Amino acid sequence: MRTVRLAFSPTPAHVRTARLVAVATARNAGVAEGVLDEIRLAVGEACSRAVSLHVQHKRSELIEVEFTDGPRFEVVVRDSAPADQALHADLAVTSPFVAGPAFAETESEEEVAAGVGLALLTGLVDDVTVAPARDRDGTIVRMSWEAAAR
Amino acid sequence: MELSLTTRTVGRHTVLAVGGEIDVYTAPQLRGELIRLADAGYAHIVVDMDRVDFLDSTGLGVLVGALKRARAAGGSVELACSQPKILKIFNVTGLEKVFGIHPTVDEAVAAG
Repeated sequence: MRTVRLAFSPTPAHVRTARLVAVATARNAGVAEGVLDEIRLAVGEACSRAVSLHVQHKRSELIEVEFTDGPRFEVVVRDSAPADQALHADLAVTSPFVAGPAFAETESEEEVAAGVGLALLTGLVDDVTVAPARDRDGTIVRMSWEAAAR
Repeated sequence: MELSLTTRTVGRHTVLAVGGEIDVYTAPQLRGELIRLADAGYAHIVVDMDRVDFLDSTGLGVLVGALKRARAAGGSVELACSQPKILKIFNVTGLEKVFGIHPTVDEAVAAG
């Protein structure tokens, strides 16, 4: 098990950095090339969600991302937003699947982005969980992918 | 790594060709350009996405916002894209039912 840790201020520009590190560490962990695009997108969505929560709740703490290789390539994204509010917001977003074509008429741009972000996370990653942090404010997104033996 | 945005006119349509990564960082640029076109009276837009390397939920939100504004003004937004990795994002999110997505700009223009 080898680990890479990244911590970044909650600004959109650094989400791109997190995506680059995600692809580099996933490739190094032996994840199949065909899955790298999904990892790039899923890690980007998890980090965008964290940045948006920090901005919304005026939290300046760093967002922490941890990449670990092993039988599975694991990614953990930790934010510092109030967990009850963050999880409530996750549950309240409108799913594009439920809304259907009317989605574009009824939801604001931000609501669309939030709903689509969660749809991408759950749609692209077989193994993803969002849970409250135990020891402090914040939620934790955990994702993992099969890391083929090299 | 910045977004490339170029416009050209095809008949009554304005084709906005986007290149690069549309994400939480660059989406405001795309939103600004789409609003500028709408404000300037270009009601029928085709977004050519064939040179888009990456598209996230923020970018999709901006495209949905443009569609909403266009429809309210009696206009249209059609998408042109043939890249499987980008098309997959529309499928996974259910947004392929929200947008008209066409393999080529010509087909998007014909539909819009």
